[in-house]
Amino acid sequence: MVSVNLWSGLRAFADGKDVVEVDAKNVGEVLSGLVAAYPGLEHAIEAGVSVAVDGKVIARGLTNEVKPDSEIYLLQQLKGG
Amino acid sequence: MAFDDTKIENFKVVGTRVKRPDGMDKVTGKAKFGADVVAPGMLHAAVVRSPHAHARIIKIDASKAEALKGVKGVVTRADFAEGLTGGNLDVLENVMAGEKALYDGHAVAAVAATSALIARDAIKLVKVEYEVLPHVTDVDKAMKKDAPVIRAGTADKSVPLGMHENVVRYHESGHGDLEAGFAAADMVIEETFKTEATHQGYIEPHACLASMGDGNGDLWCCTQGHWNVQKLCAAMLGLEQSQLRVTASEIGGGFGGKTAVFIEPVALALSRKTNRPVKLVMSRSEVFRATGPTSSTSMDVKIGMNKEGIITAAEGTFRLQGGAFPGAPMEFTAMCAFAPYNIENVKQIGYDVLANRPKQAAYRAPGSPMAAFAVESVVNELCDKLGLDRLEVRLKNASKQGTKASFGPTWDRIGLVETLEAAQIHPHYAAPLKAGQGRGVSCGFWFNHGGETSVTLALSEDGTAQLSVGTPDIGGSRASMAQMAAEELGIPYENIRTTIADTATLGYNEVSHGSRVTYASGLATIEAARAAVKKLKGRAAAKWGIDEDAVVWEDGCAKPAGSNAGEFDPLPIEKLTAKMGSTGGPIVGHFEATPEGAGVSFATHIVDAEVDKETGHTKVVRYTVIQDAGKAINPAYVEGQFQGGAAQGIGWALNEEYIYGKDGRLQNSGFLDYRIPVASDLPMIDTVIVEVPNPGHPYGVRGVGETSICPPLAAIADAVSNAAGVQLKELPMSPQRILSALTEQARV
Repeated sequence: MVSVNLWSGLRAFADGKDVVEVDAKNVGEVLSGLVAAYPGLEHAIEAGVSVAVDGKVIARGLTNEVKPDSEIYLLQQLKGG
Repeated sequence: MAFDDTKIENFKVVGTRVKRPDGMDKVTGKAKFGADVVAPGMLHAAVVRSPHAHARIIKIDASKAEALKGVKGVVTRADFAEGLTGGNLDVLENVMAGEKALYDGHAVAAVAATSALIARDAIKLVKVEYEVLPHVTDVDKAMKKDAPVIRAGTADKSVPLGMHENVVRYHESGHGDLEAGFAAADMVIEETFKTEATHQGYIEPHACLASMGDGNGDLWCCTQGHWNVQKLCAAMLGLEQSQLRVTASEIGGGFGGKTAVFIEPVALALSRKTNRPVKLVMSRSEVFRATGPTSSTSMDVKIGMNKEGIITAAEGTFRLQGGAFPGAPMEFTAMCAFAPYNIENVKQIGYDVLANRPKQAAYRAPGSPMAAFAVESVVNELCDKLGLDRLEVRLKNASKQGTKASFGPTWDRIGLVETLEAAQIHPHYAAPLKAGQGRGVSCGFWFNHGGETSVTLALSEDGTAQLSVGTPDIGGSRASMAQMAAEELGIPYENIRTTIADTATLGYNEVSHGSRVTYASGLATIEAARAAVKKLKGRAAAKWGIDEDAVVWEDGCAKPAGSNAGEFDPLPIEKLTAKMGSTGGPIVGHFEATPEGAGVSFATHIVDAEVDKETGHTKVVRYTVIQDAGKAINPAYVEGQFQGGAAQGIGWALNEEYIYGKDGRLQNSGFLDYRIPVASDLPMIDTVIVEVPNPGHPYGVRGVGETSICPPLAAIADAVSNAAGVQLKELPMSPQRILSALTEQARV
């Protein structure tokens, strides 16, 4: 299991929690695990998210590895000008 | 992405100030920009635009226009794909209005004719019947209960119950205990700030040439990302993506504003309808009225600080108006706001609000400069009231490796402290000021980005190389790419030609945005060159009859790795490539990936300004940019990016703004009335390149294009406020606003 930190605006869709646990070995499994556990998060994830794993922001790569002790934050999708 | 072969020193080409390969063509007029492309039998197009800020389209009668001699076709929304949803539907709605015109300048129809003059005459003959609706252009008014609803049902599930329908997205993040944090402060300051929308101000208006055949087509356009244009246009036209080939022209500036499509699908639709190539070029007025400026904002920031200068708590609410469509970058505003500081108790809230204005587009670090304006202004005010030095306070609170970002994650290696320390010892910070002058400082932050990237490097028989990249060159990237390839191949920079390939030539490349090009295309170039070098070493090994691992590549030659590998004369690249056809075939290196290690970037700016208190006129007299570049591939280009960001920030801070009349129409859609800085407005902008290597790039590169526009608004506001003797909390700090603030101060 890995702990995933949600931005606090998502608490309302995760039973009031801002840290949730999912069974995942990579970023893709983190996202699918979040939707499976908390279907209310689907709209936010579908709208586009980035995932910060141990300080590195993963904007696209679903295959990036996560470990049980990884620090994982869900962020809104990053782009730029 | 981990790098087994990271190089951080002993560069031969990287770090030098080579000549740009496109420079001569650009200064002699040979370079082909969007409007320079022509085709036999080409038609010219013009667009019918709404004169109303908000109106229902009752009827469009194009019969008189169609009857005009020379007119070959008219398109309306009916000529585009149906059934689009989500983001694609929003793009189409913006490209060509459906049931409603949502802002002054919104396209409602377009005409193709045998000349541009006839096309412009013809659009006056298209009769559009409107039902004019109430409008709103101000972000705060758009959130009020009595504001007209712009697009019902647009809000997503993030928006709290009870908000106006114009609030379409909501963000909230942070950590800690705000109440306890503010209670621990010796001083708490809360202020409200506003900024107006500003345009990217690129010199080249949008332009394209479209040629549609039977189910396929070609498009030439000025864009920051032609694969994105391909994807969007294919959706708008109902085409298979691979059947539309898009070629990027030279680009006369973009700064984020050319990451979207506006006229390209229209030209394609007209070409399909007329079976002729169609050229469409925007006027400057159309660029202002109908392409994306940045968001306007309204922001509340509250910060608590103790007497030692430690920030104990911070809270920000950021309301961004992004035009009539969702997408105002309020989450970036919120996440960037307090990013420079290690704050135990912090909260940021963002609102994305619709208004009857053109759809905002990205503009250099979208959302971040406004956040810095509000936050850094309050930090400076706290420093003054607590009698503390601005840079000392920032160093005490600075984010660094291992501290927790205001938006959550723990920072990797970052260079904010290094920029602050460089600012402290820079002569500018201690230089005396003249009467009537004030000094300002600010920090700024931007994330930077990686994104899908595909590069090919093909070696020629003579040992030179052709490098094909898919990211339009918006800031000198062809030179930087060639430098990195030359570094790896060990050949002169001049022996490499870099081409921006079209969409049929490479795999998907994300837009040139997010300061990603030198990072991501650079990384891909290095890896493609390394792949080619591996093949070169293989050919040498085969010739010598030794193992490939026993060959090294140095200074453009294959050499035995050591005495155990055997005694062989070095084989230069041209000898290997001359025989490549008979030793295994062409030698090409590829790299395709989505690099995810774009290192974030911080900057610290110092500004001196003087204010004439009688006229309100402001002049920036000295400016210093200090920014972490990770590794400067071409220091001249890096300095240019630093200076460009500062120059655009000076315009944003002092003069630039979208001015709307009571009728909701844009009042200043030209450079005479929308004043961007010219050379005589600017001092020489000094630069200091700080290099804290990014662990996510083989040479340590961090993007530099966007961070430079983050600190200027706050730094200039600080300088101007100090010079004028009154705090300015609304941008631009035009002479009228400065005089009003002085008058109000005298009255109170």
